[in-house]
Amino acid sequence: MISRRDFLQVGMAAAALYGTSGFGKWGRLAAQQQLTQDELLQFDTTGNLTLIHVTDIHAQLKPVWFREPEWNIGVGEAEGLVPHITGADFRRLYGIEDGSAAHYALSYNDFAALAGSYGKVGGLDRVATVINAIRADRPDALLLDGGDTWQGSLTALRTNGQDMVNAMNLLGVDAMTAHWEFTLGIDRVTEIIENELNFPFLGANIFDAEWDEPVYEPYSMFERGGTQVAVIGQAFPYMPIANPGWMFPGLSFGIREERMAEVVAEARGAGAEVVVVLSHNGFDVDRKMARNVPGIDVILTGHTHDALPEPVLVGQTHLIASGSHGKFVSRIDLDVADGAVREVKHKLIPVFSDVIAPDPEMAALIEAERAPYEAELTEVIGQTESTLFRRGNFNGTWDDLICDALLSEREAEIALSPGFRWGASLIPGADITREDIYNATAMSYPNAYRIEMTGEMLHIVLEDVADNLFNPDPYFQQGGDMVRVGGLGYRIDIGKPQGERITNMTLLATGEPLDAARSYVIAGWASVNEGTEGPPIWDVVESHVRKLGTVTVEPNTSVEVVGV
Amino acid sequence: MELTRRGALALGAGAALSLVLPAASARAAIEDSIANFTGGADIGEGGITLTTPEIAENGNTVPISVAAPGAVAIMVLASGNPNPDVGIFRFGPLAANQAASTRIRLNGTQDVIAIAEMADGSFVQVANNVKVTIGGCGG
Repeated sequence: MISRRDFLQVGMAAAALYGTSGFGKWGRLAAQQQLTQDELLQFDTTGNLTLIHVTDIHAQLKPVWFREPEWNIGVGEAEGLVPHITGADFRRLYGIEDGSAAHYALSYNDFAALAGSYGKVGGLDRVATVINAIRADRPDALLLDGGDTWQGSLTALRTNGQDMVNAMNLLGVDAMTAHWEFTLGIDRVTEIIENELNFPFLGANIFDAEWDEPVYEPYSMFERGGTQVAVIGQAFPYMPIANPGWMFPGLSFGIREERMAEVVAEARGAGAEVVVVLSHNGFDVDRKMARNVPGIDVILTGHTHDALPEPVLVGQTHLIASGSHGKFVSRIDLDVADGAVREVKHKLIPVFSDVIAPDPEMAALIEAERAPYEAELTEVIGQTESTLFRRGNFNGTWDDLICDALLSEREAEIALSPGFRWGASLIPGADITREDIYNATAMSYPNAYRIEMTGEMLHIVLEDVADNLFNPDPYFQQGGDMVRVGGLGYRIDIGKPQGERITNMTLLATGEPLDAARSYVIAGWASVNEGTEGPPIWDVVESHVRKLGTVTVEPNTSVEVVGV
Repeated sequence: MELTRRGALALGAGAALSLVLPAASARAAIEDSIANFTGGADIGEGGITLTTPEIAENGNTVPISVAAPGAVAIMVLASGNPNPDVGIFRFGPLAANQAASTRIRLNGTQDVIAIAEMADGSFVQVANNVKVTIGGCGG
């Protein structure tokens, strides 16, 4: 809970009941306690082509809780636009009734209480049921995975992504692109692509760093519904900056807008009537790219984990946002005739785990993948009395707990936890299992370092991260959310330029301002530097939670946000 | 401001950060270089393209390319470097095209400037901002 100086008091006025989207409908049905699998999957099949989009599953084979962000500030041209509208404002915008299933799925308020009513979300066996149902309507539907699939759980870590590769092969994915996949290391990625994956791995913007030549297929052409569909892959553009470049040393990424324009033209020249970009750019980057690059019909967005119940139209380009962690599946039906898209119908299908039946074949695969690790996964480490969540621009309770663990276990004055967007939530009263800790921490560079840094250096670091989030030009937004801090308070003015956003840095232990010249002992994790030393973060958190027994995370008032 | 070695360990790539505008002496060096190249002539826009990454993957080796059809020479400047002169590409009358690519080192976030001298003796200019960041925290 971050203090917002000019906080808008939002009314709880009943939302409009008569939304025009299909989405409003299941919201109403839910309020009437009639949520059924048939209603969730209901769709008036239209046109001749169906796309199915999943993205940012982060290796979540099993149902999870996932709290949507309270803080998702839009800057520059994105200010005041979706996906930078949250909570009650979001519900009013889309006509979502308070307390409805849609409220629970798409906004953060009353999360714990609604989680009690509506239960967990996702689970790849439920996702399989949704996809099978769509294929029953439209057997040649294209299933596209936006990446961040092979990382984010204990089993994906232990198997180097093999569990997810097996699951996505069974799901029948038609093409994917990537981000965290590369943190398995280039050798493993190459091994998977060459020997394991049953479908194309696309990346128009991935080049050989030395020779500046494309490394992967930029697009695949599919003949579906009597039309030619080009699917262009766009991997996460800032891979070697935001993640450890030494893990994939020969590769260069970048947005490469001109390259995208060339590939779109090449695909059109090769006969594509529909051009789909399967993107891991992040929503605001895709919005700008859609405006600058003509000829794209649909961008399936990813990376920023946004879930939007309706497409965002930029010129002739439809932007689709399908959430994360297996919580949603998007279905897009297109009517294509005479070389042009004439109509687009879309539904964001929420995967309520208690409503949608698991697909037996996928359930069996998941059980088999988890079996060798079952005892390890299910061991109860402690309990929580607070909602534990990560997603949001600033500190969430999961990272408050991780920072407390770093301060205490690593005997530091200040703790830093990266602003990742992945990580499932827990609700009050829940056990904290080892699996839950890994769901918030599992990745391939987990070492919890302990270093000294001056106050001046720490200021530079916070300014650097803040500009990578709040630069008004989305093409200059490099990474995740704001780095989370423990033992440190600060004030951030979003609208200021780099170097002037962060003030009032305070050492919470003493209440004194940070001394620019003094060195402070800092603990953190997920350094992108090779050779970082320290225990893996999950061991640090597990040890801390064991000592606490029951976790209670007090409201965090140490970050003051202005200029919003 | 130089990152300390230990500081760089925390979050990132160890690129030195220069978060300030070019100092007065650096601006003078840029102006001198431009004046030497143009002889003080007016500089227009258009007809020249400069391709740079939005954010450098490695500030020590940033790929850039520049093209100006019909140019006889193109000068490249890194406005935020201690020595802003990158180089001048000259194109003879038999050159198939007037374009060049190279890799340059950038001291920090700054504008990269390219100025082309056209065959008629006129000059055109383009500038791109390239960000050099510590990195880390990748979503």
